[in-house]
Amino acid sequence: MTAAVKLKGITKKFGDVTAVDNVDLTIEDGEFFSLLGPSGCGKTTTLRMIAGLEFPTEGSLSIFGEEVGTLAPNKRSVNTVFQNYALFPHLTVIDNVGFGLKMQGVAKKETKERAMEMIELVQLAGLETRKPSQMSGGQQQRVALARALVNQPKVLLLDEPLGALDLKLRQEMQLELKKLQRDVGISFVFVTHDQEEALTMSDRIAVMHEGKLLQVASPEEIYESPANRFVADFIGRTNLLDGTTADNETVVLSNGTSIRAQNTFPQGTKVSISIRPERTKITQRSESSDPYSSVQGTVETITYLGNARVYGVKFTWLSIEVREENRPGLEVFNVGDDVTVHWEYDAISVVED
Amino acid sequence: MRKRESSEHVVEVATPEFEKTAQKKEARRGLLMALPSYLYLILFFVIPLAIVLIYSFATRNRFGGTDLSGWNVESYERIAEPIVRTILFRSLWLAILTTVICLVIAYPFAYYLSTRKPAIRNVMLVFVMIPFWTNFLVRNYAWRVILGNDGPFTKVTEFFGLGTHELLFSQKAVVLGLVYGYLPFMILPLYAAIERIDGQLLEASRDLYGNGWQSFKNVLLPLSMPGVIAGSILVFVPSLGAYVTPEVLGGAKTTLLGSYIVTQFLTARNWPFGAALSFVLMAVMLLMTIIYFRKGGRTL
Repeated sequence: MTAAVKLKGITKKFGDVTAVDNVDLTIEDGEFFSLLGPSGCGKTTTLRMIAGLEFPTEGSLSIFGEEVGTLAPNKRSVNTVFQNYALFPHLTVIDNVGFGLKMQGVAKKETKERAMEMIELVQLAGLETRKPSQMSGGQQQRVALARALVNQPKVLLLDEPLGALDLKLRQEMQLELKKLQRDVGISFVFVTHDQEEALTMSDRIAVMHEGKLLQVASPEEIYESPANRFVADFIGRTNLLDGTTADNETVVLSNGTSIRAQNTFPQGTKVSISIRPERTKITQRSESSDPYSSVQGTVETITYLGNARVYGVKFTWLSIEVREENRPGLEVFNVGDDVTVHWEYDAISVVED
Repeated sequence: MRKRESSEHVVEVATPEFEKTAQKKEARRGLLMALPSYLYLILFFVIPLAIVLIYSFATRNRFGGTDLSGWNVESYERIAEPIVRTILFRSLWLAILTTVICLVIAYPFAYYLSTRKPAIRNVMLVFVMIPFWTNFLVRNYAWRVILGNDGPFTKVTEFFGLGTHELLFSQKAVVLGLVYGYLPFMILPLYAAIERIDGQLLEASRDLYGNGWQSFKNVLLPLSMPGVIAGSILVFVPSLGAYVTPEVLGGAKTTLLGSYIVTQFLTARNWPFGAALSFVLMAVMLLMTIIYFRKGGRTL
């Protein structure tokens, strides 16, 4: 695979604020790549630098091997789907979609044909003479997609494009976007703060925090072996228990309990163990359970989610969240019940603080 | 009507009749609030306008008075006379010239202003409005000093070896004065229009392969059109009927419509003709305003 986008030592400063800090990143051709992080982590700035809407303060940025760090946005073969779509309010759908081709000097007839083709692809046929203000959010979203894709960019950049849609529509669009990406075959760089969205759609995810790249990996790897405490906490829900490594098999929690946990850190490293709520099991208290992979506690809270129950189980020094899918015949506990929470050894990941 | 009693007050049960009465009450209250404005407009605008209209069809008598009899359209026919036509076209031409110059100067400035930080914007907007703190007439006389024979302007051109320029009492001086006087009326609506445009649209245009000029032509200009039209009308209309600036800076050779109308009323004592001219002037202005609203601009 060729690198579609390559960032080397990219730094962006706004005055004294460092928005993006020495980022190295390679996005392969044809992959669905997500930049994930909380707001203000530098993910949008990174995307804007690829688009050419910001120039990096330092570092090298290339698209298919060609250095573009300071190239104007209209001279790059990438297109952007903006956060609030940024559709031209004075133009009809077909003129919005044909805008890029018109600017490139494509003949009127061809522009119209190609725009129409794209409008059909995003299932808006029949609405081409409408103005953006006469369309729903989901339809505007499709226009924005068509307007970018009609130019056959080498890379499509998407800046939180689903943020303004309601949940149901968002989930539909996630699948549709993913399918569209497979159909057109180019790489999509997708900025989002929604970890679930990133997990659903991406081939690879880059987690960013405070301008720095924390981990770049597949969704499975990010979820199951997070690189550090921040990633473990940000992706999905998890229980983080503070402790110190005793050896490569054992972590001693801050209250003295020894937990079996595979790790590669030197002895005495301060770490957190991360246990996902859905990887744990809750049973009536039994003293015979393996003490290295279970803890005893009392049910403190119950949250009913429909498809699952989440128990907050209280221990002497903290609470653990346990998620039980709603299967038939499942034992249901009440607040105040004495229980044991246990898990498989490999359900744990150890992360550095 | 059934009534339900609560502890504090009686609330009527909702019925279509009740809703209708409430709506009527609301409409009456709205009219009451607008009444002072309506009265003012009728008293000081509609009635005087009607008087002017009536006079424009009246006859001038031999003693310079006006006979409100023998209604005719002679005054309107006189507008076709070469002298009047020349003055009318000259006024139109200078008003258009003033508007275009204002537009060319104001647009880049308004755009620059709208891209500044809010604090800087406010300071600059105050600078735009500072001239209004001085009387318009005084400011026009100031230009007379600047452009006068021994004034700073001549001194500067002489210093650079460009010779003496007699700007005062020419059409150039009038246009200069009008541009100076009405430039803020162009800047403010333009600024208001440009400031409202989402900056992301320009980014989208750049992203979609538009260069600077294309982005201006295809995105910025069409979206700021309400401001362009509003500013143009605000400059064109008073320029067309300008009286003070042409009087102070223009001299006797270049009579404009405003001065000509005043002459009809005061010197020539031909009130019907003056009234007809005023009406034609107003018709032109009204036409411009209608064009503006047709274009869909609702700023101001």
